Amino acid sequence: MPTRRTVVLSALGTAGALVVGYAAWPSGRIGRANALDAGPGERFVTSWIKIANDDTVTVVVPHCDMGTGVLTSLPQMAADELDADWSKVRSEAAPSDPLFANGSLAEGFILGEQNVSVDSIPAFLRGTVANGFRTVAEYMNLQVTGGSSAVRATGMLGMRVAAASAREMLVKAAAARWNVAANDCETKASRVIHTASGRSFGYGELAGEAAGYDPSSHPQLKDKSQFKIIGRPVQRFDIPRKVNGTTNYGIDVKQPGMLYAAIRISPVFGAKLKSVDTGVVHGRRGIKQTVKLDDAVVVIADRYWRAKEAVADLEPVFDDAADGQVSSASITTRRAQALKSGNIKVDLKKGAGVDALAAADRIATVYTVPYLAHSPMEPMNATALFKDGRLEVWSGTQDGLGSRAFCAKAAKLPLEQVTFHLQPMGGGFGRRLPGQWNFLEYAVKTAMAAPGAPVKLIFTREQDTQHDYYRPNVMSAFQATLGPDGMPAAWVNNYTTDDGANSEAHIIYDIPNQSIGAVQVPTHVPTGPWRSVEASWHGFFVESFIDELAHRAKQDPFEYRRALLKNAPRHLATLELAAQKAGWGTPLEKGRGRGIAIFESFKSIVAHVAEVTVDAQGKLKVDRIVSAVDTGLVVNPDGLKAQMEGGVFFGLTAAVRGEITIDHGAVAQSNFKDYEMLRLADCPDIEIHLRESDGPVGGAGEPGVPPVAPAVANAIFAATGVRIRDLPFKNHSLV
Amino acid sequence: MTVRLKVNGVLHELDVEEEAPLLWVIRDEIGLTGTKFGCGIAQCGACTVHVNGRAQRSCVTAVGSVQDAEITTIEGLSANGLTPAQQAWIDHQVPQCGYCQSGMLMAVSALLEANPHPSDDDLAQAVTNICRCGTYPRIRAAVRALAGVEG
Repeated sequence: MPTRRTVVLSALGTAGALVVGYAAWPSGRIGRANALDAGPGERFVTSWIKIANDDTVTVVVPHCDMGTGVLTSLPQMAADELDADWSKVRSEAAPSDPLFANGSLAEGFILGEQNVSVDSIPAFLRGTVANGFRTVAEYMNLQVTGGSSAVRATGMLGMRVAAASAREMLVKAAAARWNVAANDCETKASRVIHTASGRSFGYGELAGEAAGYDPSSHPQLKDKSQFKIIGRPVQRFDIPRKVNGTTNYGIDVKQPGMLYAAIRISPVFGAKLKSVDTGVVHGRRGIKQTVKLDDAVVVIADRYWRAKEAVADLEPVFDDAADGQVSSASITTRRAQALKSGNIKVDLKKGAGVDALAAADRIATVYTVPYLAHSPMEPMNATALFKDGRLEVWSGTQDGLGSRAFCAKAAKLPLEQVTFHLQPMGGGFGRRLPGQWNFLEYAVKTAMAAPGAPVKLIFTREQDTQHDYYRPNVMSAFQATLGPDGMPAAWVNNYTTDDGANSEAHIIYDIPNQSIGAVQVPTHVPTGPWRSVEASWHGFFVESFIDELAHRAKQDPFEYRRALLKNAPRHLATLELAAQKAGWGTPLEKGRGRGIAIFESFKSIVAHVAEVTVDAQGKLKVDRIVSAVDTGLVVNPDGLKAQMEGGVFFGLTAAVRGEITIDHGAVAQSNFKDYEMLRLADCPDIEIHLRESDGPVGGAGEPGVPPVAPAVANAIFAATGVRIRDLPFKNHSLV
Repeated sequence: MTVRLKVNGVLHELDVEEEAPLLWVIRDEIGLTGTKFGCGIAQCGACTVHVNGRAQRSCVTAVGSVQDAEITTIEGLSANGLTPAQQAWIDHQVPQCGYCQSGMLMAVSALLEANPHPSDDDLAQAVTNICRCGTYPRIRAAVRALAGVEG
C-alpha cells in the first residue's frame, strides 16, 4: 500500500496548489480491486480540494453533471467545512486525469463510521460489496451519479471529511509560520487567523506548505448549527453555460477528422443480424463504411444526416425466432399466472400474515404499471477513436470509471489502453447507469471496425425509445381485511419482479398482520433503474390501495393515514404539512377532487396533495400539486425544490401518458408522437415545502416521483369515483 | 451544389444537399452545437432557431428553403452579454440538465419579440418544447417576470 504521503501532491504544475485526493499510485496497484482488498479499519476517501495562489478553491466533484446540481451542492458541503469564501469557490467535474481515471482512492481519511451502512448505498449497488468501508470505497470509486446519492454519500462521507482535513492542514501550515499552536488559530472566509494577534494568511499563501502535511484521518467536522454555506440557496455554477449553448454534452464532442455513425438495431431485443445488403448505400455521397454487428448494422459517413438516411434505407434481416411473438398481453398473462401459481417468496411476514385475512369481506385488487422508457432529451450517443492500439471514448454516462472499464472490455483491450472522457449529460434519469450501456458498446465496436478516425455514433430518437432498459412492467395483487374500527387488520401484497424482492414494497403503516412477497417473472425485455426505481411502482400500488381501504372504511384518506402513522413522527409531520399547505378538507366544486399520498424513498419522505378537475367530457386537468419534503439535511434549498419540481413533473408525465408496449417482441412506440410527454400547457402549479429534520440525509433527485401517480389517481377517484389501478391514466375513461 | 446560409449574421457558402436538415448543417458543417437534436420530427423543439425572427424547428427545415433568410441560433441570440430572457433564466435558476434550454430560450425569445407581455396561456400556446427535467414551473415564473405579470 502507498504511504499517506503519496496521497497528496504538493504541486500541480501551477505552483502552490494544494491538492488532496489525487493519489500518485502506480496504476497497477490501484483501482476497484485494490480498494476492495482493504481490511477493516482501513480508511479510504477520494477527496477533491484544490487551492490556488489567489485563494480560489476548486472542488473537483467525482460525479457528472446531469442537471441535479451536484457540481454546486457538493462544493457547498466542502466549502463549509473548509471555511472557504464562497465567492472564490469553483467546481469542476472530476477530470479524465489518469490518476483519477485509474480509480485512485486516497487513503487517509476516516469516513464517519456511524454513517456507513449498506443502507446508505443505492439499491443497484447493494450486494456488490460486503459492508462498511469497503462498501463506501467501492461506491465512491465507481464514480456513480445515481441513486440520489451524491449528497448522501459523497457529500456526507467524503466531501466534508476531505475539506475538514484540508482546513486542518492549512491551519498547521499557518501555525508553523507563526510558531504558535494550531489551537490558537481560527479560519474564516479562506483565511487562517491567529486569534490573539489578528495576523492572518490567505489559503492561497499557505496551500503549498499545507500540502506537505499528512491529511488527518479524523478531522473535526462541524456541527449542523455551525453551517454557513450548507443550507443556503446559492446559484448553481453550471447554469450560465446552459443559457448560452456552450455546455459541451456528449453529442457536441468535436474531434479532428471525426466521422458520424447511425445504427439500425434489431427491433426484437437480442435478435441476431442474419443478413443485410449494404451495397445499396455504398457509393452514395459521404458514405465511408458499413459495419455489421451482432444484432445491428451501422453506417459510417462524413456527416450524421447522410449516415442516418443511409441506414434507414437498409433492409437488415434479424433472427427473431426466439422472442418474436412476445407481446405486452402475453407478458401480462404470464405475470397473472405467476401470481396465482403460489410460488410467492414472502420476504416480510408480520403477525399472522396471510392467515389473518378474513374469509369474508376480503378486499382484493390487482394493480399494474407498464414499461417506461427514460427518454432524456439528449439521445444516447458516444464518440470513439481506436488508433495505434489505444481506445479513446467520449460520452455522458452516470459512471465515468465504470464506463472506461466497460469500454475496455467491449474492445478487448487492457484498461491502460483506454481513456474515457466523461461529458455533461442531457438528462439521465437512470438511463446512463451501469448495465445500460448499449450505446457505448455499439460505439466502441464501430470504432474498432473503423480504426484511425473518431466516430460519433448517435441513436435516433426512435432507437433511443426502442433500445432502452425499461422501467419494468409490474403487477401487484393486494388483499386486505379491515378490523371493526375500519383500520386494516391484514395486508397482503404479492407482486411480480424481474429480479429479486423489493424492500420498497414494505409499508410505513402500522398494520398488525402483513405478508409481502414476490414472484420472479423474467422476460426478454431489458429493464433498468428509472428515476426512483422500485419506488416508482410500489409508491403507486401501496398509496392507491391504502386509499381504497380508507374509502372502504368510509374515512377521510388523510385522517386514515394519520391514524396509521401515529408512531412515525417524521412521516406524520410531512403528511400533515402537505395537507395543511394544500388546504385539505376545504370544499371543492363539482368535478374537482383532491388526493393525497406519501412515500419514503432514498431516505427522504415526500407527501403530495394533488388537485384535479375532470370535466363533463372526462378530460383530466391536474391543477395543483402541493408537496412536503423531509430530506433530513437541506444543502441547497432552491436546488432541492428544483429537483422536487422536476420529480413531480417526471412522475406526472409517466402517470398520465407513459406507456411502452411490446408487440411481436419489439417496442411499439418510437418517438414523442407515440411516446408522449406532458408539456408546459399541462404543467400544474407545483408548490414545494421543505421540512428539515434530524433524520438521515436523504436524496433529492428521485423521492419526488413515487407519490405523484397515487396522489393524482386518488384525486381522480375523489372527483369522479373512478379508481385507476392500471397506469397510465390516458387509457381510462373518466366519464 | 452550393447553399448560401446566413447564420448569426455570417454568410456561409456550403457544399451540401439542399434537402439537408438545417439542424445538422448548423451543427456539423458550421460547427455551432448550441442547437440540439432531440427527436428529428419537430416534436420536441430542442432544435429551435429563429428564421427571420420567428421560431422554427430546424430538424425538419431543409437548408435549401432558408437560403435567403436571417438565421439566428442560441450563439447569436445576444450581440453582447445576455439577453433579458437569458438573465431571467439565471435569476430563476431554470435549467437542470440544460439540454432543451437553447431551444426553449429561442422559442421564448421569439414569443417575447412578438408579444412582450404574454399571459400564461399565450406562453403555453407558443412554447410547446419538451423538457424532461420538468423546468416548466420556473420557465413560467421567469416569463411572468419578463412580461411584468405577476403569477
